[in-house]
Amino acid sequence: MSSAIDIARDQSSSAMYAGRPQVLLERSWLAFRSTTWVPIFTGFMEPVLFLLAFGYGMGSLIGDVSTGTADIDYTMFIAPGLLATSAMNGAIYDSTWNVFWKLNESKLYKTMLSTPLGPMDIALGEIAWALLRGLVYSIGFLTVVSILGLTPSVWAILAIPAASLVAFGFASFGMAITSFFKTYQQMGFINFVMLPMTLFSGSLYPISVYPDWLEKVIMSLPLWHGIELVRAFWFGSINSGVFLHISYFLIMIILGLFVTSRRLRALFLR
Amino acid sequence: MNASIDVPQIARFGALYVAAARIRSMAKWKTIIAAVDVGNPLFYLIAVGIGIGVLVESNSGTSGTNGIKYIAFIAPALLANAAITGVMDECVFPVIEGFKWRKLFYAQNATPITGRQIAIGVYLAALSRTIFSVTIYYLFLLAFNVVDFGISVVTIPAAIMAGGSFGAVMMYFAAKIEKEDYFFNVMQRLVIMPMFLFSGTFFPLSSMPIYLQPIGWISPLWHGTELGREAAFDYGISTLMIAVHLVFLLAVAAIGLRLSIRQFERRLAK
Amino acid sequence: MPHPLISVQGLTKKFDDFIAVNGVNFQVGKGESFGLLGPNGAGKSTIMRILAATSTRTAGTVEILDKDPERFGPLVRAHLGVVPQQDNLDGELTVSENLFIYGRYFGLSKRFINNKIEELLVFAQLEEKRNVKVEALSGGMKRRLTIARGLVSEPDILLLDEPTTGLDPQARHILWDRLFRLKEQGVTLVLTTHFMDEAEQLCDRIVVMDKGAIMAEGSPAGLIREYSSKEVLEVRFGSDRNVEVAPVLQKMCERMETLPDRILMYADDGEKLLEQITAQKLHPTTSLVRRSSLEDVFLRLTGRTLIE
Repeated sequence: MSSAIDIARDQSSSAMYAGRPQVLLERSWLAFRSTTWVPIFTGFMEPVLFLLAFGYGMGSLIGDVSTGTADIDYTMFIAPGLLATSAMNGAIYDSTWNVFWKLNESKLYKTMLSTPLGPMDIALGEIAWALLRGLVYSIGFLTVVSILGLTPSVWAILAIPAASLVAFGFASFGMAITSFFKTYQQMGFINFVMLPMTLFSGSLYPISVYPDWLEKVIMSLPLWHGIELVRAFWFGSINSGVFLHISYFLIMIILGLFVTSRRLRALFLR
Repeated sequence: MNASIDVPQIARFGALYVAAARIRSMAKWKTIIAAVDVGNPLFYLIAVGIGIGVLVESNSGTSGTNGIKYIAFIAPALLANAAITGVMDECVFPVIEGFKWRKLFYAQNATPITGRQIAIGVYLAALSRTIFSVTIYYLFLLAFNVVDFGISVVTIPAAIMAGGSFGAVMMYFAAKIEKEDYFFNVMQRLVIMPMFLFSGTFFPLSSMPIYLQPIGWISPLWHGTELGREAAFDYGISTLMIAVHLVFLLAVAAIGLRLSIRQFERRLAK
Repeated sequence: MPHPLISVQGLTKKFDDFIAVNGVNFQVGKGESFGLLGPNGAGKSTIMRILAATSTRTAGTVEILDKDPERFGPLVRAHLGVVPQQDNLDGELTVSENLFIYGRYFGLSKRFINNKIEELLVFAQLEEKRNVKVEALSGGMKRRLTIARGLVSEPDILLLDEPTTGLDPQARHILWDRLFRLKEQGVTLVLTTHFMDEAEQLCDRIVVMDKGAIMAEGSPAGLIREYSSKEVLEVRFGSDRNVEVAPVLQKMCERMETLPDRILMYADDGEKLLEQITAQKLHPTTSLVRRSSLEDVFLRLTGRTLIE
């Protein structure tokens, strides 16, 4: 037995958690270090392109948008929605396709679970990485938007933690869903759900254009809560609805972590 | 040699054998293909067409879209885009698979079938997928009363020409790939997505700053969309421009296919 | 045996209706090199996964370092080095990064691991390859790296599942040499194999397994002594004539096995037996006299060959 090995910690830890999620971040960093910045750059470009196309192209057709309280320039209206959407996309990409790969192809999680690490270390560590990546996208997007002069005030910076919460929720939930998928066809299902949710959740126009029933359906989807949350902080219009949105994401996070760690145990420690 | 092998017959129809093999393997995915090829543009049509349509028409009516309702304005563009993504899928994945992942082309080439026939076969199979899905999408447009039955049927070949021209070029690049690394990522986010956003899909190309308009001029999507719009609602394009669109699409397709065939032959002989 | 590191009693594992392991007992002592020998599907890998504390059992007791792996999974795993049948190195990382991050999974300090990496690279003969991505390694190098990785935490027990399966003969011999060094250093090895020569080379003690159960236990030499003769004469008469001459040959030796392609005749003096056969004007197309091996033991115990 190596004296360098801290048995005491292992002894006190449960079968689920060794208390070392940060080693997952170390691993992701090592793997990331040797790759290029291409996927990060392209991920950052996506919302920027949407902003330019819809903002400048559509702006002339649409003019101002009424949010109920004020009329705002269309480009300014879509910016926070695109921020929330890009936070979601970044988190989902890392927590679905990357996780699928490590579960079923490279078997990385299986290897990790043959060491003293537990399922909860893996779930927390991987989600934290997705979160960090989402944070990079958010900061990049906010920078571009500020340069274009589309931020209403300096308080828009609060939209960054809001977007991070959105990313956390989607990463956690996405990983939980992915842990049930075995084939690429099943993974295609995720894209198939994401597109309509992205289009309908009101990043590009207010959902009040829809009939009541459809509006209610959209309001039950996580992205709508994410967009509303980010938008509230962006424009500094904090109201009681914000707590509802935050609770929605807290529940997603807790549920996702719980299901993911359970599933990892069922998959690799049985 | 088995006496029943008819070499001249293979020389004549080899490409069709290859296409048939591709279509057979596509048929396994027909539900998913139909769902993605038809579902994605439908989601855009309903979400953006209705949602943004309300904003556009309440602001500027139909003055910005040559007097056409907004949802109808984007329908031919979405049709052409569906064709482009469909053809691209079938011109890229099977080609990388054939040369690299499963090396199927080398097996086909070990029979009397030539590299030229493999390239043409894959291309024909890709076009046939698009005919299938674009036609379904067109029927939806009829059902939703977005277009009237009649000359608007020509939007189908217009869309397929856009797909065929883009796909032929993509097939050449796919056949050149040795390491795919970030190919898909870069394609999706720096080619497909910008093309989708900046080709006059959601707003007339002319409403963009002049320095962004060249993106549309070189984009098969724009040419296919303009032809489709003209066919669907007498959009008011001059005969000269119709000829320009047609010549552009056919020329790009011919050049792309020519390059692909040469690249197939070279790589198989290497 | 002094107090064993591993103690397995009545171990049973069922998958639905299929019984993969059926009432297996064995113990492994400190510093021992212990082998599970048997054909594919004998239940060896299932036992290995249970020992590795990554699989549960249906019945029986298992103690590793006096701990039940099912109840103290992370603690037990902290004492083990695991070398799975399929290399599962981290393809996105380099050779030395693989060693480093694996040590981090065990909660080892960076300083400790960085010193350890130097030692392990020498052991695995991969000093030149330290900054190479693992995808670029040959099969033998990958396997040596996987073993080195298993050693990063200085485990009490190293579990090796089919360590040389899929390697070419040269890579196998290099690997055996590495494992033999570990054995000399007193590392406790538990390995599975379906290669009799591997078991003979590396193991102090083996159990022969078939269909989830243990057929025999002992040292390789002891098992051969107990279940086979000193020498074996292998003769071939061509696929048609084997059956024809078999009854004649049967009378000439104490035991005989007729395989599809050849006949094995067990005797203490193979050359003498061959002379007797040629004296009878039975001319085999080929003949070979060799020492008895574990293959013969297995054939005796199960009536089947190890590699089918």
